[in-house]
Amino acid sequence: MDEKTLIAKRVALELRDGNLVNLGIGLPTLVARYLPAGVNVFFQSENGIVGMQALPEEGMEDDDLTDAGGGPIGAVPGACAFDSAMSFGLIRGGHLDVTVLGGLQVDQEGKLANWMVPGKMVPGMGGAMDLVSGARRVIVAMQHSAKGESKILKRCTLPLTSARPVSLVVTDLAVIEPTPGGLLLRETAPGVTVAQVLANTAADLIVPDDVPVMPITA
Amino acid sequence: MSKVRTLEDAVALIPDGATLMIGGFMAVGSPLRLIDELVRQRKRDLTIIANDTARPGQGIGKLIVEKLAARVVASHIGLNPETQKQMIAGDLQVELVPQGTLAERIRAGGFGLGGVLTPTGVGTVVEEGKRTVEIDGRTFLLELPLKADFALINAKRADYLGNLEYALTARNFNPIMAMAAETVIAEAQDIVPVGVIPPDAVVTPNVVVDLLVAKERRHG
Repeated sequence: MDEKTLIAKRVALELRDGNLVNLGIGLPTLVARYLPAGVNVFFQSENGIVGMQALPEEGMEDDDLTDAGGGPIGAVPGACAFDSAMSFGLIRGGHLDVTVLGGLQVDQEGKLANWMVPGKMVPGMGGAMDLVSGARRVIVAMQHSAKGESKILKRCTLPLTSARPVSLVVTDLAVIEPTPGGLLLRETAPGVTVAQVLANTAADLIVPDDVPVMPITA
Repeated sequence: MSKVRTLEDAVALIPDGATLMIGGFMAVGSPLRLIDELVRQRKRDLTIIANDTARPGQGIGKLIVEKLAARVVASHIGLNPETQKQMIAGDLQVELVPQGTLAERIRAGGFGLGGVLTPTGVGTVVEEGKRTVEIDGRTFLLELPLKADFALINAKRADYLGNLEYALTARNFNPIMAMAAETVIAEAQDIVPVGVIPPDAVVTPNVVVDLLVAKERRHG
């Protein structure tokens, strides 16, 4: 199993039946493929729909039914469409149970940076700041390191997405939960030791006596 | 008097330097005929308020490529390298606004509010230069209303009075922008007789729509 699949499968275990869920572009989108049996959720796309699903088959595209990247999607029975103010009312107003977002950096306090690299990449924050400020649970799905550098740092060097800490960080090495006392190591990935996680993490981690392995099967 | 105008006449009303709100999300739900006509008539120094600048050859992206915009207020420019290039070169002023905040600033402009208080952006670069307000122990940013000279709206259907109905994710920013501009020009995929759109299905009330772009003739 590749690292992205592992991360997506682990994140999927966080979703509960009946949740309203918003998945960011890239890795987070993969989560939809691995919903546990018996867990039915509604996916929101912030451009104005609850009940999106992958395009059922080629040739079924509707120019007016798209995801946040402008690409064609499908909709489940019971889907509903609305304007951008309503869409962000759902996000900010506490109606969105879970958002899953990619990350560039997470700091010791669980704060996320994922929207810009000054001087290099200034795409705009899109909906990311509203999602991190407003969703009930914010799950970051990202690689633990980039180019050999830990993405989990004492302090983010990149501009923050929100001052609010995220709820959970799932990487190819570990599951980490920001708590008021610091970053708690909750699980290691299959085949990864606690020592390896510590060696690849620039922030301090709280390591309990017993750190279980992610309950992921191939 | 009829609200229907030719595409050419409708766009001719827009002066150089105007502030435009343009509906759409990655060109989905953007008034594509109006945008093409803005390019054809070479309207310049435009301020564009929109969710994004689409891709270079697509929707609002065409206005960027043709260098007709002087200023953009948007939440996302990441899929249009040309916007970023002009911004870095200093030819285009870009104000990046969180998407939910952009929607609420436009809504505030159209709904007669003095601003909105949002938790989004607190403790980030978005907070710089803005007032914060404590409500029940939580910090909020005061975000100010946005208004425009013209709103260019895309609808699925209009009736000849200007009642508008939208389609799925093509709705996005269109209904709130239709409330926030001095002059509202709507481009509908179809214009139908008054009464065909049921009152409950109308999203944008006809009273805020000033002009309708004549539909393309399908027969002769």
